[in-house]
Amino acid sequence: MSVHRVMGIETEYGISIPRHPTINPTVSSSRIVNAYARHVVPTGQRPGGWDYALESPLRDARGYDMSRAEADPSQLTDDPAMANVVLTNGSRLYVDHAHPELSTPEVTNPRDAVLWDRAGVEIMRIAMALVAKEPESHPIVLYKNNTDNKGASYGCHENYLMDRRTPFAEIVRHLTPFFITRQVFTGAGRLGIGQDGRRLAYQLSQRADFFEVEVGLETTLKRPIINTRDEPHADPERYRRLHVIVGDANMSDTATYLKMGTTSLVLALLEAGALNDLDLWPQNPVREMHQVSHDTQLSHLVTLADGRRMTALDIQREFHARATDFCVDPDAQTRDVLDKWSTIIDDLDRDPAVCADRIDWVAKRTLIDGFRHRESLDWSSPRLQLIDLQYSDLRPDKGLAAKLEQRGRLARMFDDVTVTDAITSAPTDTRAYFRGECIRRFPESVAAASWDSLVFDLPGREALLRVPMIDPLRGTHEHVHGLLEGSADAEALVGSLMRDSR
Amino acid sequence: MAQRETSEHRRGRQVEETEEPTTASTAAPSDLDADVDAILDEIDDVLEENAEDFVKSFVQKGGQ
Repeated sequence: MSVHRVMGIETEYGISIPRHPTINPTVSSSRIVNAYARHVVPTGQRPGGWDYALESPLRDARGYDMSRAEADPSQLTDDPAMANVVLTNGSRLYVDHAHPELSTPEVTNPRDAVLWDRAGVEIMRIAMALVAKEPESHPIVLYKNNTDNKGASYGCHENYLMDRRTPFAEIVRHLTPFFITRQVFTGAGRLGIGQDGRRLAYQLSQRADFFEVEVGLETTLKRPIINTRDEPHADPERYRRLHVIVGDANMSDTATYLKMGTTSLVLALLEAGALNDLDLWPQNPVREMHQVSHDTQLSHLVTLADGRRMTALDIQREFHARATDFCVDPDAQTRDVLDKWSTIIDDLDRDPAVCADRIDWVAKRTLIDGFRHRESLDWSSPRLQLIDLQYSDLRPDKGLAAKLEQRGRLARMFDDVTVTDAITSAPTDTRAYFRGECIRRFPESVAAASWDSLVFDLPGREALLRVPMIDPLRGTHEHVHGLLEGSADAEALVGSLMRDSR
Repeated sequence: MAQRETSEHRRGRQVEETEEPTTASTAAPSDLDADVDAILDEIDDVLEENAEDFVKSFVQKGGQ
C-alpha cells in the first residue's frame, strides 16, 4: 500500500484586469491561453484542438490500435471559449467557465503532482507577462484562489485513478468524514463567512461554504462533497477516476503534497477494505464541513451519526493510524507523507501558528493578524480583504505567498531549475510522456490531443489519424523513447505504430 | 541584508520543509517579531493602492 497511483490536478484561476472590471473574462482568459500558445509555437494544433471524439476503442491491450479520426478540422472554431492548447509537458491549458484553467499531466505520485502544479503556476505567470507586453493591452492578473468573496466560486479539482471494484457507497462513507476534516491542512484561508463572504470572520477554507449537498454530479451549483463524475480516461471496466471538487487551490507546496498524498493513502485503504470496520459518518456532513472550516481554534466537535463527538484533528488521527498500520514496509515517499501528515496534525494541535511555513490558512492569517494588530484595523478594513486576495496573486512582485517564499517563510519543495524543467518536460512514467514528446518533436503534425488520444495530421493523407492511448501507464519513457528516437518524423512514428499494432 | 542572502540561498536548492519550523520556532521572540515586522513592511509596500476599490472590482464568474 502506498501513495503511488495515477493522479492529476486541474486549477481554474481567478482572472481580473484591475480597474477594468467590465472586460469580458472569457475573452481575457482566451488571451492568456492564446498568448502562451503563440509563445510555444510552432504548433499544428488547431484552435480548440482538443479531441472530443467520443469513440474510444476500449479493449486494446497495447494502447496503439489505429482508428480514423472523427473530427474534421473545419469543425473546430475560433470561439474564445474554445481556446485550448496541449503542452510539451503533457498538460492542458484552456478556457473553462470564464477562467483560464490548467490541468497537469497525469503523474504517478503526490510529489510529481506538486511539481507539475507548480509548473502550471509558472506557465500562467509567463502567459501574464506575455499579455502585458502586447501593444495597447490591459495587463491581466491571475489568482490561484477559489472565490471572489461575492458569491462566485471556481475550483481546484483533484483526480485519482482507482480500482473500479471498490464499492462507491464505501468511497462515500469514508471520504466524506475525511474531506470534511482534511480542511485543517488543505484550507487556503478566507476572510468572510457565507458564499458572499458577508460575515466578517476568518475561516480555514476558500471552498467550504459553497458545498450544499452530500453526493452528486454537479460541479457548478448545488456542489456535492462527493462528486460522482466518472469518466476514467482509461479502461472503465478496471478503473474509476475519482473527481474531487472540495479542495482549495493551494499556494503552499506542502499543502498540495499533503492533500494529494493523504487522499491517495485513504483511497488505498478503501481499495484494500482496510476501513470496513471504521465508522466516522457525521450526523450532518454539509453543516459539519462548514463548521470545521469556520473554527480556526480547531476545537469544534464533529457529531457523528453514532453520537460520538470528535475534533477534525482526532478524525484525521484515526485515518492516519489506519494508514500507518496498513502500510507495511512503506517506500520512501509513502513514509514521508505518513511522517508529514502526523507532524502537521501534532503541530496544529499544539499551536497552529507554528504551521505558518507549510499551511496556507495559517500563513495568510499571520499576515492578516499582523496588520490588524499593528495598524489597529477593524475586521471590516478593506486592507485585510486585500491581503486575503493578494495572497494568491500570481505576480511575483505583488503576490504575498510569493513574497513569503522569497523570504523563506513559506517552504518550497523544488528549486527553480527543477520547476523550469517541468514547464516544458512531461513526467516520464505516464502516457503524458508520449503526448508531450509528440507535441515537442512533431509540433506541426499533431492536430489535436486529449487525455486518451493524439490526432495526427500527416502530409499526403486526407484524413486525420487518431492514436488512442487508453492506458495511462503506457507511453512512458521506458516504453516509447526508443520508438521516438528512431522516428525521423511523425509519418515514420505513425508507420511504426501501425506495424506494431498489426 | 544577511536575512536576504539566507532566503536567496534557500531558494537555490532543494528545500527540506522540516527545516523551516525549526528555524521559525527556535529563533528568539524578539528576532521573530523583527522578522514579522520586516515582512509586514515589505507587504505594505506591495499592497495595491486603494484597497476598497481593488477588492470591490474583483468580481468573478462562477466556475466548477
